[in-house]
Amino acid sequence: MTATAEALKPKDYKSDIRPVWCPGCGDYGVLNGVQSAFAALKLDLYNTVCVSGIGCSSRLPYFLKTYGFHSLHGRSLPCATGIKLANPSLEVVVFGGDGDLFSIGGGHFPHVARKNTDLTCIMMDNHIYGLTKGQVSPTSNTGMVAATTPFGSPDPASVNPLAYALTYGATFVAQAFSGNPKQLAEIIQQAITHKGFSYVNVISPCLTFNKVDTFDFYKDAFVELPADHDNSKLVPALDKAMNPPAGKVYSGIFFKTQRPTLLENLGKLKQRAGANKNRDLNKVIDEFKP
Amino acid sequence: MSDLIIRIGGEGGEGIISAGDMVAQAAARAGLKVLTFKSFPAEIRGGYAMYQIRFSKDEIKSEGTGFNVFCAFNKEALDKNRSQLIPGTVLVYDYPGGDIEEEVHIEGVTCYAIPMSKIAKKDLDMYRAKNMVALGLLSYVFDIALDSLKDTIREKFGKKGQAVVDTNMKAIEAGIAYFKENYKKTDPFTMGHADKVDKDIIIISGNEAVGLGALIAGCNFLSCYPITPATEVAIYLSQELPKVDGTLVQAEDEIASLANVLGASYAGAKAMTSTSGPGLSLMQELLGLASMAELPCVVVNVQRGGPSTGLPTKHEQSDLFMAVHGGHGDAPRVVLSAENVADAVDLTVTAFNIAEKFQLPVLLLTDGSLGFRTESIKRPDPKKYTIVNRDRYAPANGDKYLRYQLAKSGVSPMSIPGEVGGAYISTGLEHGESSAPSFTPEDHVRMSDKRFKKLESIVDFVPPPEVQGDGPADVGVISWGSTLGTVREAVDMARAEGLKVKALHPKLVWPLQEKQIKAFAATCKKILIPEVNKQGQFAEILRGKTGIDAISYPIYGGGPFTPKQILEKIREVI
Repeated sequence: MTATAEALKPKDYKSDIRPVWCPGCGDYGVLNGVQSAFAALKLDLYNTVCVSGIGCSSRLPYFLKTYGFHSLHGRSLPCATGIKLANPSLEVVVFGGDGDLFSIGGGHFPHVARKNTDLTCIMMDNHIYGLTKGQVSPTSNTGMVAATTPFGSPDPASVNPLAYALTYGATFVAQAFSGNPKQLAEIIQQAITHKGFSYVNVISPCLTFNKVDTFDFYKDAFVELPADHDNSKLVPALDKAMNPPAGKVYSGIFFKTQRPTLLENLGKLKQRAGANKNRDLNKVIDEFKP
Repeated sequence: MSDLIIRIGGEGGEGIISAGDMVAQAAARAGLKVLTFKSFPAEIRGGYAMYQIRFSKDEIKSEGTGFNVFCAFNKEALDKNRSQLIPGTVLVYDYPGGDIEEEVHIEGVTCYAIPMSKIAKKDLDMYRAKNMVALGLLSYVFDIALDSLKDTIREKFGKKGQAVVDTNMKAIEAGIAYFKENYKKTDPFTMGHADKVDKDIIIISGNEAVGLGALIAGCNFLSCYPITPATEVAIYLSQELPKVDGTLVQAEDEIASLANVLGASYAGAKAMTSTSGPGLSLMQELLGLASMAELPCVVVNVQRGGPSTGLPTKHEQSDLFMAVHGGHGDAPRVVLSAENVADAVDLTVTAFNIAEKFQLPVLLLTDGSLGFRTESIKRPDPKKYTIVNRDRYAPANGDKYLRYQLAKSGVSPMSIPGEVGGAYISTGLEHGESSAPSFTPEDHVRMSDKRFKKLESIVDFVPPPEVQGDGPADVGVISWGSTLGTVREAVDMARAEGLKVKALHPKLVWPLQEKQIKAFAATCKKILIPEVNKQGQFAEILRGKTGIDAISYPIYGGGPFTPKQILEKIREVI
């Protein structure tokens, strides 16, 4: 993480591109929370890269003044991995939606998590495909009626992103609400500061296409994790992720631990190999002498 | 004699490949030119495996036609090669004691029955030494660098202790002793010594050559996914990249591999991935992103038999359409193809240079037989390569950086994260000059034109294709990839017969160097295009771009052309 010489205010991170989101979209709250977190961490505009896939929420990097990489549908995590590995001094933050990260990109998540890749991933979870106008996503409620499921979704189960992240080895797992930008900003700050792969599930309602998981529902449903929740242990974290009180949704940090990161291990491996940028190539070539 | 081809056939896992590698290395050390050819089953153990080595005192252009000597480790190998045991060839076979049940007599073929299994198993009590028995024997009978072979064995096994060296040496001597006791050499094949031992050579496989080329080019990032027959590129670089402070990661799939590469390139790395057909299929959408976002990257595709899982260990050049036209939308890319192992080094450097200079994806096509084969080649001198790096954005006071600023060449300076004032969004969405999304007809037209403009310069950036032969010709042969070497040899043979034949050897297969191709075709009455795929893919692309109505000569049996096949076709169409 690199801090700027002069402190920037949250608004200083905002670009002059106007968001394309519907009025009232939860993603505005996330954008605000991100700007506040970046400002609080004094992130340097030029050493920060925001990476995304495709979807409403994946447009977020355009609305910031940092570097950005608007990749392909589902491919934000592996693109971000390449960026971070190529230049570890960059702060790399990944943004995306539930379809992007857990459906088309769902195959990447387990590996980025288990490798403890040095990234922060912020998911804007609205339980629906918004940009294609309302189809069920992997996090949609079971039986949901939507554009391609007029008789209800036949999928018997939904993805629980928190449990998914926990079981695949993410070392920081949290949940926040777009309607509570203050807490969101604090959690994002902690996620960015965390060493290794951190995952923040942000419930960010889509008021245009999802008439079930609405802002009003979540406004009342969100409760903070109990004060006695031990977020250093995996099993209680899984229990809280999978068994919230009926009709309620937890916010807060479910799990936080330290484990060697991919970059740390790659660094050790290079050390063992005797890494030298100026290695004489003639020696490399001469290894092929008969 | 100046040229000898020895083929060894047996069961996968019998040590044929390691034995073959050793004799190739020994011969190269003794100053002979070598080119090996391997064919093995897709399974780890069992099935027919073949290793062929061509030795020569002169430059070797291809695997050659057939063999002079065949060494059969078992009955299956003998049966598979029986039709090629033509008068004048030599058969060395495992008898008695192996699974070949009776003595072999073939009209005009010199047959040496050597109980290789028995010597190894019964006499030496070392079942695994059968390959070494054969090795000593072949080296002795055909006079191929025996002293050098012994040195190679001492070095190779020295690390494992003197006992291991002695055991292998005993096996080498046992094969030779048996031959001396039982036979008097009656065949004419004696390789002998090189006229001059060139010390400035290396022996290297096609896949390693790609890795070496990458290192010379300054590659510092590779993301891979295991796939036959490309894995050796990553295996080699996994040893070498960390030593130059580079990064190699194995991703969860080929999509992630190329995504890693594009991310790394965006962040300033010189990045590549290596794969084969199924992997390249998965990478198509990301290749489109690389074209659209103008990200330099190199994708090496070691072709294998397709479609689908196809024939993973067999030879084919059938990914050309995909390399050139795969993916959706109008996306410019560059496709190079390597003729031989030396070319694999040079063209990998060229691929990086083009990718960096023109900020687009460059695909380098090789194939399984080129990837696996080893050749003795002139030692590359890193100083002799020109290395090109991307044009970087240099911030000037008050300027607003326009990542996709229109430029005559189509190439606009690229900023790298960390550069103050250079922030932009790299994007797969259509955009204006600033990189902000834009779907206006004006922007789509001018940005498409910008991206395609680069191809016009690339046809001049790559040296013009070499013309073999001169004057007007009755037949002009144009081919690509490793078929070029075979064409070279066939055309030499045809010209030696007095036929009016010439050839063109393009290395840049997309965009086509149309000017040179048309000029070449204008001097030929007919154009013949041999290539190893069903559809005649290069012939079709060439016809589409140049209107040249070539005679397509596709083969697709899982193996490469022989020079004789192409020579016969030339005679037929002339």
